[in-house]
Amino acid sequence: MSRVRVLVGTRKGAFVLTSDGKRDRWDVSGPHFGGWEIYHLKGSPADPNRLYASQSSGWFGQVIQRSNDGGKTWESAGNKFVYDGPTGTHLWYDGTPHPWGFARVWHLEPSLSDPDTVYAGVEDAALFRTTDGGQSWQELPGLRNHASASSWQPGAGGMCLHTILLDPSQPGRMFIAISAAGAFRSDDAGKTWRPVNRGLKSEGIPDPTAEVGHCVHRIAMHRSRPGVLFMQKHWDVMRSDDAGESWREVSGNLPTDFGFPIDVHAHEPETIYVVPIKSDSEHYPPEGKLRVYRSRTGGNEWEALTKGLPQRDCYVNVLRDAMAVDSLDSCGVYFGTSGGQVYASADAGDTWAPIVRDLPGVLSVEVQTLP
Amino acid sequence: MIRVVLPAHLRTLARVSGDVELEVEPPATQRSVLDALEARYPMLCGTIRDHVTQQRRPYVRFFACEEDLSHEPPDAPLPDAVASGAEPFFIIGAIAGGSGPAPFAVDTRGQEG
Repeated sequence: MSRVRVLVGTRKGAFVLTSDGKRDRWDVSGPHFGGWEIYHLKGSPADPNRLYASQSSGWFGQVIQRSNDGGKTWESAGNKFVYDGPTGTHLWYDGTPHPWGFARVWHLEPSLSDPDTVYAGVEDAALFRTTDGGQSWQELPGLRNHASASSWQPGAGGMCLHTILLDPSQPGRMFIAISAAGAFRSDDAGKTWRPVNRGLKSEGIPDPTAEVGHCVHRIAMHRSRPGVLFMQKHWDVMRSDDAGESWREVSGNLPTDFGFPIDVHAHEPETIYVVPIKSDSEHYPPEGKLRVYRSRTGGNEWEALTKGLPQRDCYVNVLRDAMAVDSLDSCGVYFGTSGGQVYASADAGDTWAPIVRDLPGVLSVEVQTLP
Repeated sequence: MIRVVLPAHLRTLARVSGDVELEVEPPATQRSVLDALEARYPMLCGTIRDHVTQQRRPYVRFFACEEDLSHEPPDAPLPDAVASGAEPFFIIGAIAGGSGPAPFAVDTRGQEG
């Protein structure tokens, strides 16, 4: 019977949650790296026992951890992230030039085919890659050297590269997203990049339809249809049917179209999930009701999923990397909250139950479906 | 023999339970002690001082003999009591708390404005 392994990054360590395919009883392992912030951990699609974790601290900086046994044991990998060449400046919050500086790794995206190759999205925004299992990291400087980079500005969480999507049908194509520069696409394995933000409209920037400057919170794709992208922007849920060349809004009947994560059902490419959050100044669900919204039509028409989720007095947030799906026959959906709960649904969102309720604030959730 | 006391998070990272004892050629300095420490425990590279500039990370402090040596030049000789092993060289994570603003950029992930 298949198994599921849920990898949870929190503000004070990593946790590994495992279950059989029924997904009703869970073993909890952790905290790993207790006391450290774990922004993200993720397994290799090519070798599910190979895991990578981004461990960081305001005092002691960045550490990368690697496991070869599915998270039972870990070893420190390389943590030297040095920008390639002169770094120049981007814009600071007040609009003045600010020197580029490495802060932390937000997201680790293992290659689809090679367990030793991993992409790292970092703050200040840049893309790094290792091809030796994390021992050494090299920047792919084409992104940071884009002509628009000196005009990029951080979101309030920092100028982070938080999303990396690898196109399984075109090995050289990848998408990334930066808060608050927007989405970019490369068709040559990361050598060159161009913004793919046409159709986005952001009222909080001087030119609401500018080519760059949008606060994209998350992008998701379905492996079977990588030209279709779904985006949760600062405000607005968006959709592209042409690999990011153009976007249209699909917020439809959502109670609010602000939020952070977005994900796609494992077997239904038109079924997508978001967690509406009241506003950018009130980072909690509307009406104190924690509701996942599901669209089975690729957007515009949304239904609230509430069964098993708190429907009163709930004021948690769900961050951008904190939702994931498994690929069992009945697709499982998972998300973690700033209050330390990890909720799971084994029936595509119809019903929910907490796996754990009292972890440190959850920063990221990833899921592995194991044979 | 130089004795080094690591903060808890770095002890965990280096997988050591107590003080670290290092052989360092005289004269012992901050730089030579840290070089020896990182050679023994490569996973500590970058966590105490910057990989490239070799500057002390902003919220790491060096104490010894009841003195704050954090702002001493890295090549200045350490006190004799540290060099002889009589007193340890403390690597400290700065205490950050109280009612004022946090002294470093507190992570505000998810707070994008």
